[in-house]
Amino acid sequence: MTTATKTKTRAANPAPTEPRIMTGAEIVIEALREQGVDALFGYPGGAVLPIYDALFSAPDISHILVRHEQGAGHAAEGYARSTGKCGVALVTSGPGATNMVTPITDAMMDSIPMVVLCGQVPTHLIGTDAFQECDTVGITRTCSKHNYLVTDVNDLARVMHEAFLIATSGRPGPVVIDIPKDVQFATGTYIGKDGIHKSTYKPQTQPHADAVAAVVDLIMTSSSPVFYTGGGVINSGPRASKLLRELQAVTGIPVTSTLMGLGAFPASHPDWLGMLGMHGSYEANHAMHDCDLMICVGARFDDRVTGRVDAFSPNSKKVHIDIDASSINKIVRVDVPVVGDCAATLEAILKELAKRKGKRPDLSAWKKQITAWRDRNCFAYKNSDTVIKPQYAVQRLYELTKDRETYISTEVGQHQMWAAQFYHFEEPNRWMTSGGLGTMGYGLPAAVGIQVAHPGALVIDIAGEASIQMVMQEFSTAVQHRLPVKVFIMNNEWMGMVRQWQELLHGERYSHSYSESIPDFVKLAEALGGHGIRCDNPAELDGKIKEMIAHDGPVLFDCRVEKAENCLPMIPSGSAHNEMILGEITGNEVSDAGKKLV
Amino acid sequence: MSDGTSGAPGNPKSAYFLSHADEEVERRTLAVLVDNEPGVLARVVGLFSGRGYNIDSLTVAEVDASQHRSRITIVTQGTPHILEQIEAQLLRIVPVGEVIDITKSKRGIERELALIKVAGTGEVRVEALRIAEIFRARVIDTTNESFIFELTGASDKISQFIDLMRPLGLVEVSRTGVLSIKRGKEQG
Ligand SMILES: Cc1cc2nc3c(=O)[nH]c(=O)nc-3n(C[C@H](O)[C@H](O)[C@H](O)COP(=O)(O)OP(=O)(O)OC[C@H]3O[C@@H](n4cnc5c(N)ncnc54)[C@H](O)[C@@H]3O)c2cc1C
Ligand SMILES: Cc1ncc(C[n+]2csc(CCOP(=O)(O)OP(=O)(O)O)c2C)c(N)n1
Repeated sequence: MTTATKTKTRAANPAPTEPRIMTGAEIVIEALREQGVDALFGYPGGAVLPIYDALFSAPDISHILVRHEQGAGHAAEGYARSTGKCGVALVTSGPGATNMVTPITDAMMDSIPMVVLCGQVPTHLIGTDAFQECDTVGITRTCSKHNYLVTDVNDLARVMHEAFLIATSGRPGPVVIDIPKDVQFATGTYIGKDGIHKSTYKPQTQPHADAVAAVVDLIMTSSSPVFYTGGGVINSGPRASKLLRELQAVTGIPVTSTLMGLGAFPASHPDWLGMLGMHGSYEANHAMHDCDLMICVGARFDDRVTGRVDAFSPNSKKVHIDIDASSINKIVRVDVPVVGDCAATLEAILKELAKRKGKRPDLSAWKKQITAWRDRNCFAYKNSDTVIKPQYAVQRLYELTKDRETYISTEVGQHQMWAAQFYHFEEPNRWMTSGGLGTMGYGLPAAVGIQVAHPGALVIDIAGEASIQMVMQEFSTAVQHRLPVKVFIMNNEWMGMVRQWQELLHGERYSHSYSESIPDFVKLAEALGGHGIRCDNPAELDGKIKEMIAHDGPVLFDCRVEKAENCLPMIPSGSAHNEMILGEITGNEVSDAGKKLV
Repeated sequence: MSDGTSGAPGNPKSAYFLSHADEEVERRTLAVLVDNEPGVLARVVGLFSGRGYNIDSLTVAEVDASQHRSRITIVTQGTPHILEQIEAQLLRIVPVGEVIDITKSKRGIERELALIKVAGTGEVRVEALRIAEIFRARVIDTTNESFIFELTGASDKISQFIDLMRPLGLVEVSRTGVLSIKRGKEQG
């Protein structure tokens, strides 16, 4: 079973041109070039030196030298999510590869297209516990969409092209290519990407006509419908967002989105309900609970979204559009499964809808109900003249940056949720966050990757003081490569999200969630060659944010915020959409069963 | 289908109760046709262990060398919902080309091969041989005190034979696990 290798490629252009002979390392670079890769994120080491050597004479591919391989992975993710292109990372064997495991898993969970190139010990040493050897394909098998160990240089070009195809098509994801050092040195034949395919790999992008007709039947009769959209709309490309807006305009159906789908639908639209789920809006969650038709477009019924599944939207017909059949009926049973790409399916629905003559039920009663929910003003908070409320900080950040080309990334915690609640997105690909894995440390390297892809844009990592310390070193990467990323730290001295759960679930016993020692971020910024700003006064906030924006270089902004603020509203774990905590945490919200959940 | 049983407060079965948790567990034989590339078996097996699915038996071999195709037959158990997930998750694996539900297919055939060693003399030895004849087991090795039987058939028939050999000096058993194919002229 383990030795067979095969060539499944068929050249589209079989014209007998000169075979292109080159080294494995050159094949890697040539394939990257052919795939249109203009930037890659990496860190050298013994087992990838031949590829680094080939890179030396490839000035058309810029290499961003990170400070830790995890940073390379998240930077590639940020690059990918903000462009729709494939992110690429290059690391050495052993520790280089194991440091990549977190971002690979992160990209897998959030369906981010990424190709990771790893060096490996030479083939004759594999299996001998050689220096810096690890079983990279074994370790990454379950956390990647696919992976390869290339043992013959003549397979390398095909594998490279196949990897890009797999990473970027269907449900996107990370693909790992492990390349032993002797394969990088060996000479072999380069083949182009045309005609590369994999016979067993056939994502279904076109929806079945019957399913589309069934969806339209439901739309034609529903009086309280809702669109529940997700990261799949972003994955599908800008056309999907455009079609979603068209379909919404034609139908008037209100739209909510998961954390991963923010920006697909404009937040300024009157039918926008805000994010749904655990920290979503009151109106979005109530609309989900009470609707008679739920149309899920590229979302996966994550537990942060559904809350208690047996109380999830009890009276609705459910449609699920997803390119991955395994997402459908995984957590919630649906009435109309539609396997297909979001854009293709939305287009088919629009076409089918245009053919229908009948009159649809009036949605005005439903809209009125939604307005009543919206009037609860669930994101209200008590502002202060003396301390900066974290919500206020994000609001000001939004107001002062919304008219620019701005990209936001986040770390993980309360600040992430406040960013999702108070920063509003009009366009897709502007919001980069680690949703599925929830990786603290994602935001700064992601911002690095975004800035590489969008040199002129304003890129801000909304951070927590705990998260930022996980990957702090990437600030130095930004300095080296003149990437003017802004790190806006909402410093509450606590691991705020952990503190909040301890308040909610553990009787305010704050076990190890307070950092006694926090760096002086201003000095740290300066030590790393950047600019530091501190603000603890609400009256000075606007001025200092403007200073941050105006500074032409990387900035660490230490925004001292209210320490004990809770992120609300919240659906406590194990509760239903209509059991949100709105005002204040009392400590009795969570059932014993709920306490066992994450 | 979404069942209308809303979670009336006071009646939650578990916090994340899936409405299909009380479905019956069924046994299913799946044929998984894969590209015979390095690691493909590990991917398939890893999927089962990683997601907590059962494997009752597993057979695997290359079946078409020129096409590098292997056939993996897996016997598994789960509720209909889990079984549906297993199929969908298997199809996510890049080198998996096709998953055939042999149990649900009317044309499915399942066979297993077993080698069974029985030791004894005198009357039990005669009895073992007599039963082997009834089951059409072949004797592939004989000593004065032992036989090795080779038996092909449905798994329950093999289990039945083994049970009958137990009091007659059963020493050890080696089974292939289930192989599967579909009747008729079509492939798959
Ligand atoms: C602290 C914290 C709190 C959180 N709280 C919330 C919360 O309150 N609300 C919330 O929503 N999330 C929250 N999350 C995020 C949550 O964990 C999930 O990551 C998120 O809900 C998943 O989003 P999604 O359903 O859009 O799926 P994604 O992970 O984006 O998956 C996309 C889905 O679309 C499909 N797809 C991909 N490409 C296509 C295509 N081209 N066409 C069709 N389908 C496609 C995929 O198969 C998949 O099923 C939180 C995360 C953290 C870390
Ligand atoms: C790598 C990693 N380790 C642990 C966690 C668990 N965790 C989730 S949020 C959080 C606290 C984050 O604190 P901070 O960055 O200060 O943000 P805040 O919640 O205060 O806004 C922790 C420890 C995680 N998500 N990721």
